[in-house]
Amino acid sequence: MNFVNALKVAWKAILTNKSRSILTMLGVIIGVGSVILLVSIGNGLQVYIEDTFEDLGSNAIYVYPTEVLGENGFGQQDERSFVAAKQFSTKNLQDLQRYRRQIKEVLPESVRGTTVRYRDTQKDITVTGTTQVYENVRNTKTIKGRFFSDSETRSGQRVAVLGYKIAQDLFGNSDPVGRTIRLKGVNFEVIGVAEEKGGGAFGGPPFDNYIFIPLEAFFRLFDSTDINSFTVQVRNKEEIPEVIDLLTEYLEETDNRDEKEYDVIDQREILDTINQVLGVLTVGLGGIAAISLLVGGIGIMNIMLVSVTERTREIGLRKAIGATPNQILLQFLIESSLLSLVGGAIGVGLASLASFLMVSLADFPSAITWQSILLAFGVSVSVGVIFGVAPARKASRLSPIEALRSE
Amino acid sequence: MKTSDVVLQLTEVVKVYKLGEQTITALNKVDLSVTKGEFAAIMGSSGAGKSTMLQIASLLDNPTSGHILLHNQDVSTYSEKKLAKIRNQEIGFVFQQFNLLNRTSALENVALPLIYAGVGYKERQRRATKILEEVGLGDRLHNTPNQLSGGQQQRVAIARALINDPTLLFADEPTGNLDSKSGEEIMDILSGLHKQGRTIVMVTHEEDIASYAQRVIKMQDGKILSDRQQKPKKSK
Repeated sequence: MNFVNALKVAWKAILTNKSRSILTMLGVIIGVGSVILLVSIGNGLQVYIEDTFEDLGSNAIYVYPTEVLGENGFGQQDERSFVAAKQFSTKNLQDLQRYRRQIKEVLPESVRGTTVRYRDTQKDITVTGTTQVYENVRNTKTIKGRFFSDSETRSGQRVAVLGYKIAQDLFGNSDPVGRTIRLKGVNFEVIGVAEEKGGGAFGGPPFDNYIFIPLEAFFRLFDSTDINSFTVQVRNKEEIPEVIDLLTEYLEETDNRDEKEYDVIDQREILDTINQVLGVLTVGLGGIAAISLLVGGIGIMNIMLVSVTERTREIGLRKAIGATPNQILLQFLIESSLLSLVGGAIGVGLASLASFLMVSLADFPSAITWQSILLAFGVSVSVGVIFGVAPARKASRLSPIEALRSE
Repeated sequence: MKTSDVVLQLTEVVKVYKLGEQTITALNKVDLSVTKGEFAAIMGSSGAGKSTMLQIASLLDNPTSGHILLHNQDVSTYSEKKLAKIRNQEIGFVFQQFNLLNRTSALENVALPLIYAGVGYKERQRRATKILEEVGLGDRLHNTPNQLSGGQQQRVAIARALINDPTLLFADEPTGNLDSKSGEEIMDILSGLHKQGRTIVMVTHEEDIASYAQRVIKMQDGKILSDRQQKPKKSK
């Protein structure tokens, strides 16, 4: 009996026992599919978060006061001091703007939650008080109208730029530019709509739900001159460590802050932190993937063992009519290889489909890697083949009558 | 009786089974010769060793000691691979439980030994069809075993045993799972084959079935008790 014949015998046996074949393949499909998919989700998450951070602008250093537990302890959340931290002021802004040689721009941000009204629609949103440099530092273009100007910032004009989503929620398809909205009961003229930023949930703050107003207007609106954070844009990436030293010196010497009361971090540091978290996450996903591969493997093992054991009589008969042990072995080797390979291919196919759907429907950059395909395919197929052939090998060594007698 | 007429010879064959601590001697130094063209029935109560002897004679099982000579060749030392070839080419076996492959047509069941003999597809189909027609199943070629009656299944099994034109045909209680009418049909086929010159060795515990044979060997406790010739019952 040549190889082609053995292939035909094996193929015949697979077709003859459709439900058993499908069950066997199911084990392989699930094992291979889940591993590839989990790994691709892990990779996608990494790409997604890195992309989101690239969007926040580069060459930036963030400076913000840290929450120090006040004497009242936790839970101080009245409107005047929703964080128990020593906030920045306009004096800090002016001081920082003097370091012209190293610092290109200083972006102050004050953030409060409040309500916005337009006619009968009312929404809870986040208001950011900032300056005209926001547009460049945060790489935020307007798709309608414009961002507020230098003079509007200075004079504290009651003008507002809406985040993409809040504009949709309040105005639908009509043009919001020139309309008047009420923020905390005060009229503001809408002068622009920011482009869609995505984000929220996984990817940082939900900028599409923000409303941007000039810093001075913010101070008046909330009757407070607190600035919650600075984003410092350096002239030269290489100077980041130097500028961090400069900022530290300023905050501790000139501004008289304790080192616990502020934090200075740069983008690289944030990315490092996130990559560290993602590294742990990927290991975690890898662990889950390993478990599902193990479970899949045990499933394959089970079905293969059962299917070969219940076929010991068939093996006995084949031997009785003239099959050599090697021919029996070849038949089962081909059978389990075919099942494992076809199952593995379907698993890869399904995982690719799921990954493709995530990319095209949910815009999630899930990425299938060759390593995960090779690993999942390799483990499942070898488990299938080993556990298909090992019992068959044992059975092929029995005398025909012993094999026939088994029940 | 010329030596060349002896196709199968068993000398001092012993078979010992281990059942836990116990050892059971199923065959105790048995000698037997089967001559070409003979139709022998092996009889005895259950546990007498008749099936064991048949299985060892047909090379389906290995003896504990002793020799088996086929065409004066000692095959007891042969490798599994060589034995497989002999089972394929020289021996046909009919089982009590038929042992057909489920969900596989009569034609494919019968053609199975030809696959291991390396016969091509068309030739396999031709020969399997011919032999199924000879056992009266020309209209049942594509039926699977569960679509056939017991008697029909056993006829498929006989066709399978004959497909490679073997020197020896063995049958272990071939009518044991059949009603008496189907049993008679099977015995008619076997005695017909005997008349055509086939060498047949059959195990049975029924006098009625043994009466079709020309030689009756009685066994008891792993030994041959008697061995006599008789005039075979006439088949229809």
